[in-house]
Amino acid sequence: MKILVAVKRVIDYNVQIRVKEDGSGVVTDNVKMSTNPPDDNAIEEAVKIKEAGKAKEIVAITIGEEKAQETVRKALAVGADRGIHVKVDNVIEPLAVSKILKKIVEKENPDLVFMGKQAIDDDCNQTGQMLAALLNWPQATFASKIEVKDNALEVTREIDEGLETIEVNVPAIVTCDLRLNEPRYASLPNIMKAKKKPIEQINASDLGVDINPRIEQIKVEEPPKRKAGIKVASVEELVQKLKNEAKVI
Amino acid sequence: MSVLLIAEHNNKEVRPFTYNAITAASQINDDLHVLVLGHQADDVAKSLSEVPNVKKVIHVDNEIYENYIAENYTAAIIKHAENYSHIVSSANTFGKNLMPRIAALLDTSQVSDIIKVISEDTFLRPIYAGNAFATVKSNDKKKCVTIRPTSFDPADKSGGSAEITKSDPAEASSSTKFLKKEEVKSDRPELGTARIVISGGRGMQNGENFKLISDIADKLNAAIGASRAAVDAGYITNDHQVGQTGKVVVPDLYIAVGISGAIQHLAGMKESKIIVAINKDGEAPIFSVADYGLEADLFEALPQFLSELNKLNTIQK
Repeated sequence: MKILVAVKRVIDYNVQIRVKEDGSGVVTDNVKMSTNPPDDNAIEEAVKIKEAGKAKEIVAITIGEEKAQETVRKALAVGADRGIHVKVDNVIEPLAVSKILKKIVEKENPDLVFMGKQAIDDDCNQTGQMLAALLNWPQATFASKIEVKDNALEVTREIDEGLETIEVNVPAIVTCDLRLNEPRYASLPNIMKAKKKPIEQINASDLGVDINPRIEQIKVEEPPKRKAGIKVASVEELVQKLKNEAKVI
Repeated sequence: MSVLLIAEHNNKEVRPFTYNAITAASQINDDLHVLVLGHQADDVAKSLSEVPNVKKVIHVDNEIYENYIAENYTAAIIKHAENYSHIVSSANTFGKNLMPRIAALLDTSQVSDIIKVISEDTFLRPIYAGNAFATVKSNDKKKCVTIRPTSFDPADKSGGSAEITKSDPAEASSSTKFLKKEEVKSDRPELGTARIVISGGRGMQNGENFKLISDIADKLNAAIGASRAAVDAGYITNDHQVGQTGKVVVPDLYIAVGISGAIQHLAGMKESKIIVAINKDGEAPIFSVADYGLEADLFEALPQFLSELNKLNTIQK
């Protein structure tokens, strides 16, 4: 089997976001960037499947500006075999991302496409499902367990009520939850080796897909701030405050 | 044009967030139709026809809709899509799984997880785990929108009498098979809609210690939540997780116990009306959003909390 894994470069999950004063977005200059956390789970799962002898090749793909390549390089360092970087200059919407990915899938013919269930920047949670629709492939979203069978996957999904298990025929799209696995760190020798692995560069404009925005971002603002609370000295005081001041119990 | 809402239900009852989504959907346009895809879900269709905000219920009954297979649902929804300007659902795991599949087939850029309807085409939605709010305008002809249920009040459930029309099923997918659902049954209120939520974090140290939390939850008729750290560590099941990648809750009272307050957790609870933090680390970021902070060892504080509650003559339910 061949697995294509899509990774996105986002503001690091530990960074406290700052909204630009002109309301045009959030500050990204000189801010630490890293791979979208559940995309690390997607890479890890693909590598585990390959290590178990059930996949032959892992291709990591990212779509973004020049520096987005760092995320592919990181995927190569933990076990992907080669990379693809589709260059776009602006931020594009999940629909456009899924159209680009569809083109790449048609070229690469993977059996599986893995990615994180949502990006922690725009919090859209759309791309995997959209790609599945465009390819008319089955989708297994929010996966917390994947079992590879003959020409099918048994996937346990995290849903609001608990867990759901479905079986999808291959080819399929899987979007990964944070609990799917524990992503490994790249060792120094593997980071060095990854530098020699190939990354193919493709310009999005050469793929012949419409990636123009459909959604206008009118403004970005800070959410209303909570007003500062107080510290209470004892449990007794806490319960009295909840009963008599906040009146919630 | 009209709005089509996709109902979430278990074939017997309407899932509660559908009512919140109805409120938002009818703010977009008051000609609101609801699509019920299910198997022997007549009671669901009937309940929804009684919601005053609903103008019409379309009921498709077939065994292929017994479980939520996004592929099967999508095919049925696409059949009806041409009559509508908007297709909406809740932004919970049901709608998140389903809506993008519909949007892509309609060549529409979806607007996810809205918290406010500004106009028919303009919405407010949180980004970056709720650390910024974006006002976005959809320029697509047909709009696919998911709604953050806790940002809208549930619609009235009775008084209406919308017509129920039957419609034929679409083709079933042969490539996806439902195997099983492991639902955690509980007598407690649902986490998403509970008036009071008490959550435990890594500070609980193990799953057994969650009994300290459940004793208080019983007393307050509260739902039990957890941080991602507590779920990852196996103290409690995933359906309890509150946060950016878990559930968003907006209770009247949220009690965070042994939770440091990473931004990803705050994303799921900081809109709560009153927040209480109990943590022995006085510098923990959870205190920055807490109305009442108690710097204490939770293993001493929780039993005291329970005994103080026991002293009260009355407790709101």
